[in-house]
Amino acid sequence: MANKTLTRMDLSEAVFREVGLSRNESADLVESVLKHMSDALVNGEQVKISSFGTFSVRDKAARIGRNPKTGEEVPINPRRVLTFRPSHLMKDRVAAGNKS
Amino acid sequence: MIRSELIQKIADENPHLYQRDVERIVNTIFEEIIDAMSRGDRVELRGFGAFSVKKRDARTGRNPRTGESVEVEEKHVPFFKTGKLLRDRLNGH
Repeated sequence: MANKTLTRMDLSEAVFREVGLSRNESADLVESVLKHMSDALVNGEQVKISSFGTFSVRDKAARIGRNPKTGEEVPINPRRVLTFRPSHLMKDRVAAGNKS
Repeated sequence: MIRSELIQKIADENPHLYQRDVERIVNTIFEEIIDAMSRGDRVELRGFGAFSVKKRDARTGRNPRTGESVEVEEKHVPFFKTGKLLRDRLNGH
């Protein structure tokens, strides 16, 4: 398993095969899908893609961290993090496909 | 934002495309990501994030209601790690 890494190129190739657009335009469309999703998240919106999953932004409070090597205390500023919750369909397909 | 709103935004920007094709394009992208992970592949989208598959070892679980122990088989679960650029943008950098 974990044999291959796909990139934007593979996604645009899939779009190119699926719809009769040029490779260039397919690549631009993949890029704009990612851009719209990112922009919504940066605005604090949740991005909910049915039968894929939900991306949400969570606020993390400030805390005191510790450098594990030196034991030194370092303040960690409050920050926003992104979490992804896969849909049931995605979980089921990933589990089924990787069954040994 | 939900799937249909994402499709609408792409359709608005591309008036030369049929709505039906925009739907196919957006669906193909998500479908391709799930397909890749089902094969155990990784999908790395620089600046956005990476989808990968993690293995969860078999374990002895417990039914929280009855306290009964149950064998849970080894399984594979989807995982997403946010890309650096998006992480920075979320924090206003």
